[in-house]
Amino acid sequence: MSEAKFAGARLTGAEILWATLEGEGVREVFGYPGGAILPAYDALRKFPIRHILVRHEQGAVHMADGYARALGKIGVAVATSGPGATNMVTGIATAMMDSIPLLCITGQVSSKVLGSDAFQEIDITGITLPVTKHNYVVTRAEDLAPALREAILVAKSGRPGPVLVDITKDAQQGSAIYDFAAAAPRPHRPHPMLRAEAESILKAAELIRAAKRPIIFAGHGMIQSGAREQVLALAERLQIPVASTLLGLGGFPASHPLSLGMMGMHGEAWVNHAIQQSDLLIACGMRFDDRVTGSLPTYAPNAKKIHIEIDPAEINKNVKVDVALIGDLAEVLEILLPHLAPRSGGESPWLREVYAMKGECAVRDIQNLPDNGHLYAAHVMNDLWHATSGKAIVVTDVGQHQMWEAQYYKHEEPRTLITSGGLGTMGFALPAAIGAKVACPEKEVWVVAGDGGFQMTAAELSTIAQENLDLNIAVINNGYLGMVRQWQEFFYDKNYESSPILSPDYVKLAEAHGIPGVAVRTRAEVLPAVNAARQRKGPFLINFLVEKEDSVYPMIAAGSALHEMIRRPDSNPLIETAEDR
Amino acid sequence: MLHTFVAIVEDKPGVLTRVASLFRRLNVNIVSLTVGSSERPGISRMTIVADASPTAGHRIMASLYKLENVLEVDDIGQYASVSRELALIKVAATPKTRSHIFELAEVFRARIVDLAPESLMIEITGVESKIEGLIQVLNESEDRILEISRTGRMVMRRGQHTSRVLDAMRVPAGDAENETATDPEPGIAEEADLPQ
Ligand SMILES: Cc1ncc(C[n+]2csc(CCOP(=O)(O)OP(=O)(O)O)c2C)c(N)n1
Ligand SMILES: [Mg+2]
Repeated sequence: MSEAKFAGARLTGAEILWATLEGEGVREVFGYPGGAILPAYDALRKFPIRHILVRHEQGAVHMADGYARALGKIGVAVATSGPGATNMVTGIATAMMDSIPLLCITGQVSSKVLGSDAFQEIDITGITLPVTKHNYVVTRAEDLAPALREAILVAKSGRPGPVLVDITKDAQQGSAIYDFAAAAPRPHRPHPMLRAEAESILKAAELIRAAKRPIIFAGHGMIQSGAREQVLALAERLQIPVASTLLGLGGFPASHPLSLGMMGMHGEAWVNHAIQQSDLLIACGMRFDDRVTGSLPTYAPNAKKIHIEIDPAEINKNVKVDVALIGDLAEVLEILLPHLAPRSGGESPWLREVYAMKGECAVRDIQNLPDNGHLYAAHVMNDLWHATSGKAIVVTDVGQHQMWEAQYYKHEEPRTLITSGGLGTMGFALPAAIGAKVACPEKEVWVVAGDGGFQMTAAELSTIAQENLDLNIAVINNGYLGMVRQWQEFFYDKNYESSPILSPDYVKLAEAHGIPGVAVRTRAEVLPAVNAARQRKGPFLINFLVEKEDSVYPMIAAGSALHEMIRRPDSNPLIETAEDR
Repeated sequence: MLHTFVAIVEDKPGVLTRVASLFRRLNVNIVSLTVGSSERPGISRMTIVADASPTAGHRIMASLYKLENVLEVDDIGQYASVSRELALIKVAATPKTRSHIFELAEVFRARIVDLAPESLMIEITGVESKIEGLIQVLNESEDRILEISRTGRMVMRRGQHTSRVLDAMRVPAGDAENETATDPEPGIAEEADLPQ
């Protein structure tokens, strides 16, 4: 049945919910039923919408999030009232921090008993107020279509974000005349502080022309705005090197000669040095997060700053900028580019300097250390990158493995690195990868998760089995909450309090779900295992037993300047693998 | 430093919470907040006075605009405007001690709006400093203040003023700011009200 067939008919609220979503182009939703949302579930089968049954509502939201990040479309998650709704909160906050367009639907007790502490009644709009872009309570069937359509528009427009619609049971059970077209939202009001500023464009062009040591910053906004072409044009026309934020990776092709790699707390040394020595930062769709800047008073002290950003509230929030260009990145660059003539002459002295710094750093690279028989997570990332030609969608969890992935998997395409940046939510990877795979069934998708984070949402293995999703899962098993252990090593006298973590036998765990898997202990075994996973149609798990006490280098300690990095020691003490224990 | 914002918002349930919650999230203390209806049906007007760093104004304003129910925001501090607050002050007073309070009220252009055997109530409108002046004088003359209720600041820009939303949409950047150049000095009328 199609939503168009329903136009003008009297439908129940539950039917209006699905008809409206179908009309908005939604074909997949992730959810978990319960009393207050049952009328909606009862009506679902009449609509061409696939429902993926999750194992925990946090997973549903991460799946919708991974779906949205992989596809650039809105992701939809559904849960019941009370505990179903509260279970969603971490997922919603994760999406909020990374500006991901989501629609979260929650059931609610009947409007007649709202406010009476009825069974499974919870004030979910109150709870999610600070972690949603906006939220709605709908108590009447006739309000559903307009609320849902407006919610979707709000989630997608401007700086995207999650929106929650809480629907009372009587609104689902009541009925109204369904009219999709009449429910169209008002055109979204642009942020009134968005102004076309010809003067600022000219000033920015002037700064760029005058710069001797410029750097472009590619942020998440580059991917969300679809501004690859424009940023490439800017970089190539003036031969400006490009550094990426964690969420910007993949925006600018990693193999491009002007690509520097990741900046910030675990950014490459040459990138951070280049930033500190630059005379102009051109920030494209990023927000100068503290993980990117290090200590603010010493940040890029000699650089003028141009900030191109869609959210006016980000301007001068952390870093005071010289020119702010507020608007959609691609649009702003289209206006700016005609003011910039191509740079003539060969490689600039600045580029030569940056490339020299890069060469110096490569010497310290773990990939270039002699093989000592131990397996480093960096090896796994490097080999995975090679095997997949940098083209797979990699969904990472949070911790050391996340940083190694960012350093060693060179992303060529936008939307191929999916990771929780702003909130740093452990347990994100497995469910988000399910969402990415549902969004892009034809793409190769890898989960890269630590042994800690994997155990937080491992229940979703069962979802993978039920949906028979062709997902490849790499558990980077170091026997520790590795990033916590690293901080304890550096800043707490190696007091490894509560960071060693026991794991189940992941291969057996996978097998219990009907998912095959292997354990890998040496570098020689990495590629064969990766290839086995790639060749198998259907899910596959690899338990990589890696160096237990390796650390992510370089690292900027909290409060240090960007150039004050802790570097990998020349002789890395060899430590047993998790298996030797 | 004190910032004064006027926010034009939709008159819907929960909007006040959203605005208040934003200030809490930004870790900015609200000094006063008044809400009431505006000249447009379904639209409320808030005056928010907040204590934040001098540079915080832009961010607060930009963040307010991110709330879906907020239609317009004005950072009044930078413009000539009229500012008023209403206070009700209940003072302990017997027939014997009343008369000097009557005098005080007259000097401050306040009104006595309730009289009881042991107390009286003063109504005063004006800028905060005037209200605080009266409170201070009452305290110094050893009158016992029993209750104070203050509305918080309400402000309105002086002269012909189209909203910033319209500025942003119609007026080329730069012109919008010029309108203040010819404004009279802020607060002149108010000063004349004050007792010397
Ligand atoms: C939900 C949640 N709880 C706690 C943390 C703090 N934290 C950050 S990284 C980390 C350790 C992650 O360990 P693991 O998943 O094994 O990854 P590794 O660092 O070892 O690669 C922890 C506990 C977090 N980011 N998220
Ligand atoms: Mg670990």
